[in-house]
Amino acid sequence: MNACNLGSMPLRYRVTIDRDQCMECGRCVENCSYGVFRQEGDKILINSRKCTACHRCLTYCPRDAIMLTEQPCDYRSHPVWSRQVREAIYNQARTGKIILAGMGSVADLPVIFDRLMLDASQVTTPPTDPLREPVELRTYLGKKPGKLDFRRKENADVELTTELTPNLMIETPILLGHMSYGAISLNAHIAMARAAREIGTYMGTGEGGLHPNLYPYEDRMIVQVASGRFGVNVDYLNRGAAIELKLGQGAKPGIGGHLTGEKVSKDVSKTRMIPQGSDAISPAPHHDIYGIEDLPQLVHAVKEATEWKKPVFAKIAAVNNNAENVAAVARSGVDAIAIDGFRGGTGAAPRVFRDHVGIPIEVAIASADKELRKQGLRNEVSLIACGSIRESPDIVKAIALGADAVYLGTAVLAAMGCRVCGNCYQGLCPWGIATQRQDLVDRLNPDVASKQVANLLHAWTLEITELMGAAGITSIESLRGNRDRLRGYMLDEGLLEVLDVKPIGA
Amino acid sequence: MCGIFGVMDKRRQMMDGSGIREALSTMNERGSGEGAGYVAYGIYPDYRDCYALHVFLDNPCESKGIVDATLEQWGTIEHDEAIPTCDQPGLRANCTPWRYFFKPDASLAPGSATPEKDVVTNLVMQINAGANGAEVVSSGKNVGVFKSGGAGSWPEAVADYYRIQDYEGYLWLAHNRYATSSPELWERPDPFNLHDWSVVENGKTTTYGTNRRYIESFGYNCTTSTDSEVIAYAIDLMVRRHGLDIDLAVRALAPPYWEEIDQMPEAEQKLNRALRFAYGSAAMNGPFTVVAANPDMMVGFTDRGKLRPMVVGECADRLYIASEESAIRAMEPDVESITRPAAGEPVIGRVAP
Repeated sequence: MNACNLGSMPLRYRVTIDRDQCMECGRCVENCSYGVFRQEGDKILINSRKCTACHRCLTYCPRDAIMLTEQPCDYRSHPVWSRQVREAIYNQARTGKIILAGMGSVADLPVIFDRLMLDASQVTTPPTDPLREPVELRTYLGKKPGKLDFRRKENADVELTTELTPNLMIETPILLGHMSYGAISLNAHIAMARAAREIGTYMGTGEGGLHPNLYPYEDRMIVQVASGRFGVNVDYLNRGAAIELKLGQGAKPGIGGHLTGEKVSKDVSKTRMIPQGSDAISPAPHHDIYGIEDLPQLVHAVKEATEWKKPVFAKIAAVNNNAENVAAVARSGVDAIAIDGFRGGTGAAPRVFRDHVGIPIEVAIASADKELRKQGLRNEVSLIACGSIRESPDIVKAIALGADAVYLGTAVLAAMGCRVCGNCYQGLCPWGIATQRQDLVDRLNPDVASKQVANLLHAWTLEITELMGAAGITSIESLRGNRDRLRGYMLDEGLLEVLDVKPIGA
Repeated sequence: MCGIFGVMDKRRQMMDGSGIREALSTMNERGSGEGAGYVAYGIYPDYRDCYALHVFLDNPCESKGIVDATLEQWGTIEHDEAIPTCDQPGLRANCTPWRYFFKPDASLAPGSATPEKDVVTNLVMQINAGANGAEVVSSGKNVGVFKSGGAGSWPEAVADYYRIQDYEGYLWLAHNRYATSSPELWERPDPFNLHDWSVVENGKTTTYGTNRRYIESFGYNCTTSTDSEVIAYAIDLMVRRHGLDIDLAVRALAPPYWEEIDQMPEAEQKLNRALRFAYGSAAMNGPFTVVAANPDMMVGFTDRGKLRPMVVGECADRLYIASEESAIRAMEPDVESITRPAAGEPVIGRVAP
């Protein structure tokens, strides 16, 4: 790199050790994969500049001796020339490159979910008590008939002649979202797969193919086909319970996936069918889809390859003309559409895309559901909401806005230990999640991590059941699109109209 | 809490409205005196081939002019007149009930299997959606809805206002309202009617939003914010337009739990799964008992937890469905059988062809 006169940037984090507490056990040195700590003689030295705030050292310090502060150095405050803006400029003045960032958007915009209030039954209808009465969360994902056909038998009974197309049955409206092997570790994938089986749901493979160690869980896998076609062959397609065509991603609409070369280990290279150590950059478009009429051909090709036995999903990023996109995809023969909002997570995305392109999932689901109903296409596809589902009320709200189910990404990682430090692209994840370095991967015990993920799904499922019961709703399909059970709190009139939700008090 | 009552004579023998008035008023403690209504089948034999439109007019000048013009666009008015009423102390009339006997122009719904009903559906939606001071409250052949809202609308007063003892029908539904919203609106109390189908409900679903959005995607237009309106449209959609038998339509509205479906024999499992797949958005949750009728049948069903009462009585050719046994006994002291069907078990009575 050429010399420059920018010098070093102010520290992002400062790590300190309370020397009275520290017993020089060296666990911090051992645990920090970013190299913040080093032992010199009997002293532990600190290089705060390498810190990512992943909290691994804090968690493993037996004396709680380590403390971390964010942004210990002030800039001259300025409302326009914020710290982030200035630091991006220094960074790019030095490198001349696009800035890459991990995890979801950090743009400080209001979260619509937080301004939607849920309803509960009081006197005119009774709440349902889920401990004593059934509240059904069972969800079927896939195409549903718009009407049924019958044949009248000689004894005047009717017999159904409509053939149902394959649907995925899930016992809770929560799916584990697509994070590829490569972006995350094999142990993380195995943990998710076991949790999916335990809870009665499915997980996405992401665009990284299917590692042979996951074959025992293939009946719980939604195998993804993205524009790079990494790891895709007919065997891969046939192993999955369903297939997802990834057309876009909320964190970076309009561009393809990016797995940094650091994370392309030998096993990842084999599974993806790409050279070891090379950046895996999938193209922005699918090069066999240049117009919407090409999509049905791909859908049919995939369905033919799997003998029409498996539902096919499509995933799109939520952008301005979302309603039109969804209606177009709904006509292509797919069985479900996953819509990924602009706050969706990622292992690596250009900062400008992550923080500036796309629309929120709340709006995207509402407009998709409304448009599909308007065009009489709602039974053609199930809708899966993804992109920043953070807690169980988000799920209830997403379904009330029109979703059938949700994909979880970051929340699942957090359940396995992730602290959302946003450095996934470095491949040094000290939690053994977003890394391929074997010594780090070994830190994540799949038995333990799968239990944590299953616990989270179980807890959220209970909370959803309680929230529905309180609203007197006993079937999840009766919550779907039931916007009357939501109220907008401090949302503007235009947004309320888009969401088709009344303001509080109305 | 509301009180509902239905009676049907399997051989189309006529009953005048006095017994129904008596039955409904035994359930006055279920109402609040701010809404009641009756619907009867078989009351207009002289105009049996016409669609009888009962319309509440804000005033008989402007509002009526708009209705007249709309009807003339869609067909022919054979006859129209004010519905005879008799002022009741305490019951404040805020509209003029009018009736039209109307023949729709079937050529305006080309390609339809049921063109007349399509025309009637369209014009009811058109008139009720417009801010024109007119609400069509019933629109079927040989059937009419008589109802009112606001203070003083106890079942006896409403019956006497319309002189329902002067009408003879073979199938009656009635409703005693406990008002919760817009008590003053005359179109709000049940029964709700769309040509063949009439609905009375005791309860309040928690799924109005889902059900309404579903039904509106088929061109229906819900204007009164009442469950019964959505239920009437849903039944019309499923039975008339989708060709479902009534028992299957009822099962779509109040489906069995998945756990029950899982236990069923293969074919039945498939049928029930298909019904929940196709009509999941029409399914209703929350407490309700519904009695619905068309010229050929009366059907009663409850939510699958049976949070609202439903009592069934039988006596000779008569089938009764009511919120309370006392209502049945008020009309038929010697009723032969009284049963209380289990949750999710519909009661269907058919008129002899």
